[in-house]
Amino acid sequence: MIGIISYLAFFLTIALILAIAVLGLNLQWGYTGLFNGGIVAFFGAGAYGIILLGGPERIDGFGGFSLPYPLALLGGIALSGVLALMVGLATTRLRHDYLAIATFGVAIAMESVMRNASWLTGGATGLRGFERPLEAIVGNSFAYNLLFLFFVLVCVSLVFLFLEILVRSPFGRLLRAVRENERAARSLGKSPSSVRLTAFVIGAMIMGLSGALYATFYAFISPQDLAPILTFQIWAMLIVGGSGNNLGAVLGTLVVWGAWVGSGWLLTALAPTHLQLYTGSIQYILVGAIIVSSLLWRPRGLLPEKLSIHALPPPDPGSPGQGSESQPANSPNQPAENTQ
Amino acid sequence: MLQSLFDGILVGSILSLGAIGLTLIMHILRFANFSHAELISMGAYFTLTLDAVFTAFSRALASKLPMLSVSVSLMLAMLVALLITGILAAIIDKLVFKRLREQAGPLTMVFASFGIGLIIRNVIGLVYGLKSMHYSSDIAFAMVISSDPLLLIKADQLFILALTLLVMVSLHLFMSRTSVGFALKAISENPVLAQINGINLASMVRLAWLLGGALAAIAGVCYALNNQLSPVMGRDLVLSLFAAAIVGGIGSIYGAALGGLIVGLASSLALLIIPAGYKPAVPFLIILLVLYLRPNGLFGEER
Repeated sequence: MIGIISYLAFFLTIALILAIAVLGLNLQWGYTGLFNGGIVAFFGAGAYGIILLGGPERIDGFGGFSLPYPLALLGGIALSGVLALMVGLATTRLRHDYLAIATFGVAIAMESVMRNASWLTGGATGLRGFERPLEAIVGNSFAYNLLFLFFVLVCVSLVFLFLEILVRSPFGRLLRAVRENERAARSLGKSPSSVRLTAFVIGAMIMGLSGALYATFYAFISPQDLAPILTFQIWAMLIVGGSGNNLGAVLGTLVVWGAWVGSGWLLTALAPTHLQLYTGSIQYILVGAIIVSSLLWRPRGLLPEKLSIHALPPPDPGSPGQGSESQPANSPNQPAENTQ
Repeated sequence: MLQSLFDGILVGSILSLGAIGLTLIMHILRFANFSHAELISMGAYFTLTLDAVFTAFSRALASKLPMLSVSVSLMLAMLVALLITGILAAIIDKLVFKRLREQAGPLTMVFASFGIGLIIRNVIGLVYGLKSMHYSSDIAFAMVISSDPLLLIKADQLFILALTLLVMVSLHLFMSRTSVGFALKAISENPVLAQINGINLASMVRLAWLLGGALAAIAGVCYALNNQLSPVMGRDLVLSLFAAAIVGGIGSIYGAALGGLIVGLASSLALLIIPAGYKPAVPFLIILLVLYLRPNGLFGEER
């Protein structure tokens, strides 16, 4: 019995940590229409950041400042924010495609730094030896894992509340205005590029928080934890759940992570030993198929975005990222002023 | 140094072929196709299979061309494979991208292209195995052209250079001398005006996919000849292809050709300064540099 509870707690902890990253992506893609092809880089910046700042002193490299946990956590989040700012400054004022390419590139650059800069990241073996907060006091690992689950739950709720308040605020309406019709937003004196940059950086910092929690949970981070597939998984979670809906994002995370873990378990149980090597390929195909088929047949996800503007026709499927030219009919009604 | 220059030009010419198709699609359909690089893998692997089929039919075809590890059947296989790859590219467009174009925005297509790339890559891995392979088990010996500065060249590499040059010249003649080439250019520059002049958008889009797929397939065969076949070869190239397209300016075929050479050279020369492990990050730095300094690339227009 305790085995099942313990496993369930483990599953939920990872799923909820990922849900935070999905919520971050929802701010970028769902509400603002910003494409992020390198989620893993921002997740990784948070993960490495917290361990470098909060970990024990390293003899063989830089970092290990043993900062108190909250400070290290904030540092990891800030590191993701700085990374996002660098990418965002180069790309948000340009075409959206470039943001997709640059974020994809930042993930590849990040991976080569992770694998090669041993003095900073520990190379392929990664960084370990992080002391998890309060672990020594609690003692019992089962109790600690439940406590950690509770902590993650609190974090998810805080991020969730923060985003709900944010998207309902005037700034949230501005985000949707920029997403739907940039020209109209600009005609009202708003600066679309700074709005986009803000949303991109906040979203990346939320991903950084997710990465930092992940690294805390395992007290360890290495390039193996930050495989490119993570980016695809997080997208699949958002698109299945419903982009533009925070509750959908969390629901999608649970569904897709369940499918991922379940399929992995099933494949390992069923596949003969010499084919075990290929179970990963099958799971990747599954993720790709989820993404493509959701976009084609269920673009609004399990819980579609709710638009509070009643005067508008229902948005088209997959509305984020609609080019401003493609939907002139929508444009005049959309700006922020109309909502109240 | 000399060796790096040669390697850079060689890799660059392969990148150019891949980037031309990418930039065409990116300009006409207005989306960054992250699955384009998988067409390179597809072309390379289809050639492998067809080569085996052809040699099974006739042993004579398996004879190697003088000095090269390239056989007659491999060349025939490549010709058929580039046709198949082009057709498959057009079919993928019809099944997925076309529908998304009609019901959603360009970014949704980018999204889907990642998913499609993931599927193709892993299907190739399932079918052909995850290990890397070669077209020929023979060891190609390098000729010492000069010993100081050191320059080693394989006959296969000269063959690749000649092939890419031939393809690019033919493409240039096609684009500048035929009415279909003009139509393609017109559609990519001004779709509305071109359609008023009676050019069929749908058939031009199809042509762009055929052309892009075929060029990618040739690039794949060249890359596999120079390196090896592996399911992740496309993924390893995708960022370089985008860098080439961005350097040249999106939509410019000549820009992409030059961009490919620049990215190839830069990646090769960068290894003289930085450790080899950081090589994958070089295209990213080039992209950032171009976006900061010259956002529309060398030949691209404001968009």
